[in-house]
Amino acid sequence: MSNGKFSRSAERERVPDLASEQRLMSLRDEAERKGLVTATGIRPAGSPIPRASEETGYYGIPLLKEPQWTWEIPLYFFVGGAAGSSAVIAAMADWIGDDFELARHARWVATAGSALSSGLLISDLGRPSRFLNMLRIIKPQSAMSVGAWTLAAFGTFSAATTFAKLVQERWDFLPVKIVANLSQFASAISGLPFHNYTGVLIGATVIPAWNKNIETLPIHFGMSGVQSACSILELLGHENHALNILALLANTFETYEGFELERRTERELRPLKRGASGWITRAGGMLSGPLPLALRIAALFSDSKRIRQAAAISGIAGSLLTRYGWVQAGHASARDWKLPLEIPETEAAATRSIGEETAETLREKIG
Amino acid sequence: MSTAITTGFFTDSTLCIGCKACEVACKEWNDVSEDGLNWTGFSYDNTAVVGHSTWRHVKFVENETKPGLGGNAGDMVSWEFSSDVCKHCEVAGCLEACPTGAIVRTEFGSVFVQPDVCNGCSYCVVGCPFGVVQKNPKDGRAFKCTFCTDRQKAGLEPACAKACPTKSILFGPLDELRLKAQTRLDELHERGMTDANIYNPEHTNVGGIHAFFLIRGSEKAYNLPPNPEVPTKYLKKGWTSSAIGSAMLVAGAALAFLVGGRS
Repeated sequence: MSNGKFSRSAERERVPDLASEQRLMSLRDEAERKGLVTATGIRPAGSPIPRASEETGYYGIPLLKEPQWTWEIPLYFFVGGAAGSSAVIAAMADWIGDDFELARHARWVATAGSALSSGLLISDLGRPSRFLNMLRIIKPQSAMSVGAWTLAAFGTFSAATTFAKLVQERWDFLPVKIVANLSQFASAISGLPFHNYTGVLIGATVIPAWNKNIETLPIHFGMSGVQSACSILELLGHENHALNILALLANTFETYEGFELERRTERELRPLKRGASGWITRAGGMLSGPLPLALRIAALFSDSKRIRQAAAISGIAGSLLTRYGWVQAGHASARDWKLPLEIPETEAAATRSIGEETAETLREKIG
Repeated sequence: MSTAITTGFFTDSTLCIGCKACEVACKEWNDVSEDGLNWTGFSYDNTAVVGHSTWRHVKFVENETKPGLGGNAGDMVSWEFSSDVCKHCEVAGCLEACPTGAIVRTEFGSVFVQPDVCNGCSYCVVGCPFGVVQKNPKDGRAFKCTFCTDRQKAGLEPACAKACPTKSILFGPLDELRLKAQTRLDELHERGMTDANIYNPEHTNVGGIHAFFLIRGSEKAYNLPPNPEVPTKYLKKGWTSSAIGSAMLVAGAALAFLVGGRS
């Protein structure tokens, strides 16, 4: 066994000296004083007496499993939110705003978004070839099932609308018109749940940070999608003021949501404010809340295209960060072993380091 | 057509000797993959958690000795062992969450993931209040204790229960097990082991578990949640919020185009 780790001590015979003995004695002192000696790379097995108790839980091993979604899912949340909102904007632009160019582009965003959504969802599956299993059954109590069906319906209607409207542009017969508008109506109706159901999806789980927010998450995710849809259409060159107004309303809600999250002090919300997940969520909140809100208010009084473009870019970036932040917060929340065991913060403080370390080890192990 | 009766596990931690025969038996019978040959380094429990490749897990609940708990030597650790497993909830979070219908309730009342239907969406993972079911990243599907449905169909007891040398893991009709558990608990209380109690959360919407435990002291030391919840109970709030959000979008968009945007 010429393992580097073992061979070194065998090759080199050390002579004890004052320094080495003092070091050993200082270790003994530290052990007596603290009951625990720590050093880089050393995990003192079983010392001091490990404790699994009412106050310390089971060695701080997290009870809940972390979400196992891949990077596609937060991106899917973003794309789905924008696509669903876009279908509603298309219908409104067509029927109320008489802005047919905007309606046409919004339909394309919705259709392309639904196609991309399907792609992202399928590629996240552990067995992508089994995507159709999602459509084996309809299950109201599974938000994932409802979501998959909503996506299927939305994708179908959006594509049908885009196609029917293309046909209508060539041959404007009454039957074509009726079919196109009915389809557009169906696309908008299915776009409504599609633009915000992902909030229900993550809210109806055992992950504390998500579950605690189920009452606002769907609106939060929805409004995030609305303002990113407006932003995408603006970046495609549309200057219709309606987009600015709608995005402004959504940015207002996002600002309110951001303040609410900062104001509330529940333990469950901590991952949304602390650590990496906290900073991503906060950055997302700033970029889709106060910042674009201010820019869009300014744009109301100015014809500067630049201001709206800046607001749009900020909104899209904010929406993306918001989704990644929330998913990351879910991971951090699942690692909080105290919450599901209902262990108060103060009593748990003593075993914090062992707990954190444990979580680290387990993540490596389960990987 | 046979009408099978609801069966369950009654795991009596006071009888467990931590031999891990159940873990080995489970892995062998079910051909479960290796789950990492690592030392946890903080206790004698080197399995640590149940997961996609660990369906039985013997917990080593170590603490200071105190009167009535632990051996003779005060400087030694008190040891409690408890073989953990999927709880096979009366109302199961994973089963509710599963969009494909891969997770089903079997004729034995247990919760079973059909491996040929699961598409690996991993939504069950965040639906389980006990952190049991997990996606195997290498395989792509979710796995957990099958309650040895195959063995039960052949009229046999699950592998873990069969291998248990101390009858700490009892298998049988759920009703009978509940009676046995109560009898055992009374017996222990009579003997003075007053901290013995049964963990079977019937007070939350989990509505009781088919694999329940007799433990000593607080359930928290065993990583068992005091108030596990099936999260689908929050769906109503969620969809209400979704409807409000949708109304906001429709109203907002209509307003925006009426006010700002007739071209």
